[in-house]
Amino acid sequence: MPLPREDVEATTPKFLRDKYAIVGVGETSYTRGSDKSTRALASIAVRNAMADAGLKPSEIDGMLSYQFNDSVFSPFVAGDLGIRLNFYMDVFGGGSSTEALIGIAIGVIEAGLCKTVVIFRSMNGFSQVRIGGTGVRSAIPVSGDMMHSRAYGWQSAGQMFAPTFMRHMHDFGTTAEQVAHVRVAHSHHASNNPKAYYKKRVTAEDVVTSRMICKPLHLLDCCVETDNANAIIVTSAERAKDLKHPLVRIRGVVGRCCKPRADMHYQAGPISTVAGHYAKDILWPNSGVSPEDVDLTGSYDAFTFTTMLQLEDYGFCKKGEGGHYVSDGTIMLGGKRPNNTSGGHLCEGYTHGIAMVIENVRQLRHDADDSCPIGSDGKRQHTYDYREGGCRQVKNAEVSANFGWAMPGTGSAMVMRRG
Amino acid sequence: MISAQYLGMPLEVNDLDHENLNYFAYCAKHDFRLQRCASCKLLRYPPTTACPWCSELNSEWVSVEGRGTVHSYTEVHHAIQPAFKPYTPYLVLLVELDTQSDMPTKEEGLRVIGNLVRPDGVLAPKAEVERVGIGSRVRMVFTDVAPGLALPQWTIDETALAGTPWRYRG
Ligand SMILES: [Zn+2]
Repeated sequence: MPLPREDVEATTPKFLRDKYAIVGVGETSYTRGSDKSTRALASIAVRNAMADAGLKPSEIDGMLSYQFNDSVFSPFVAGDLGIRLNFYMDVFGGGSSTEALIGIAIGVIEAGLCKTVVIFRSMNGFSQVRIGGTGVRSAIPVSGDMMHSRAYGWQSAGQMFAPTFMRHMHDFGTTAEQVAHVRVAHSHHASNNPKAYYKKRVTAEDVVTSRMICKPLHLLDCCVETDNANAIIVTSAERAKDLKHPLVRIRGVVGRCCKPRADMHYQAGPISTVAGHYAKDILWPNSGVSPEDVDLTGSYDAFTFTTMLQLEDYGFCKKGEGGHYVSDGTIMLGGKRPNNTSGGHLCEGYTHGIAMVIENVRQLRHDADDSCPIGSDGKRQHTYDYREGGCRQVKNAEVSANFGWAMPGTGSAMVMRRG
Repeated sequence: MISAQYLGMPLEVNDLDHENLNYFAYCAKHDFRLQRCASCKLLRYPPTTACPWCSELNSEWVSVEGRGTVHSYTEVHHAIQPAFKPYTPYLVLLVELDTQSDMPTKEEGLRVIGNLVRPDGVLAPKAEVERVGIGSRVRMVFTDVAPGLALPQWTIDETALAGTPWRYRG
């Protein structure tokens, strides 16, 4: 049952709306073969985020990270950079963590535990632990509840999510060609992103004729596993006013909102519906905006289908019309509401969602790091010419929304605004 | 403790995991049983400590008919575990049991995972894989892994009226 819009009790009470901001973002390069430890990658990304914010190590006193036992813990990164922590926590999890941890950062600052929190995700997602499940991850014994999944060769993210995607095609007539346009759009965006791992533009035909992985997912429906670290700095909007970038305020956050039966979400249908169906009733009322107010989105693209399903369930189109929404030009640069203007996980690199938030921060600063020339004020002089190798800044971007995905049954979200 | 090798994977159920130990002990006897809540009387899958609908801890294991309809599926062409590669493409089926279908609400049901296998429990060949999709009628059989361990699986119910299942043809 939908909650009434003005009477929501959830993680972000309305009085915190706009009270916190993202003031620094940073990352490493996206590679397949970083030749660096996750500790080194994380320290570089956090250092870059501090430089971006214009903050000294002594001005950071909180740290959060997320991982799958595949990465460094906060104390080592803090030690590397001379940060003395008043608060830290390293949590278990992948996609859907970024927005959730931003909510936690707001909470711990509000509770007085610390003043400024840096959040990082560092992973050698290609050269050490591949989320696709090959290598180290396929060698672990199958035990306990995994006896009902991995024992059946049902293990990788694509394999686990595919029944949701198939059922959406069955229920609504969604086609693989429609959904392939998510890859088309993101590949176009990546071609204008100098740091993207895959910069080549592709067609829908390229996607549906690429090798089958597990139906309905072709190779190009799947994201690219890479090595990288990313970092985001959260503090109060009051403190952020003194810093160097245009303010990017946090309007509202949803953290790891779940469908019923999070242990085995396929028990509760409709299975073609994802967690966004529930999360939207927290996100929009707490943010005080509706989908119509959003200028650009960051819908998680572990697969083409995850982007489509979330945009649909958060209400950018009617239920069942997601295939049309992602294939009619709306989500492309120059369209009404571009999605993942960096190229996302499909093309820029795989970060468990954090890079999609970073991209939208830069978009709201009107400072997407594209190929446009830098002016005398140190800012990009955007051309808004989205041809290959050109601009990727969305014109007049004021409000963005991010939709993190852990699995069909669990998601997170956040709305940010400029100013 | 159950411990065995299956298709190149070590499978384990430890001594504290009472729910899964009971479940697989019945499966080893080719008896498919689920927990029925002592309070609300609803069956549940997979095994859990408490009732997903009423939190009751007590339950009893009751035999459930292994018949149902494919609710969704994936057809795996790129296997992750090396020992599955010779069997590609293989199907992972999400099968809604006839028992307790559309209960306790219209969108719920007992949706049981399994591969499509031949009646003897070996992963099905391509010709059978291509016959099955959403709407297919299937019946449960077991793959014997080791003494004391069998996996519940699905095979085509040849006695069912042959409708045309929905398959992704890409
Ligand atoms: Zn009960």
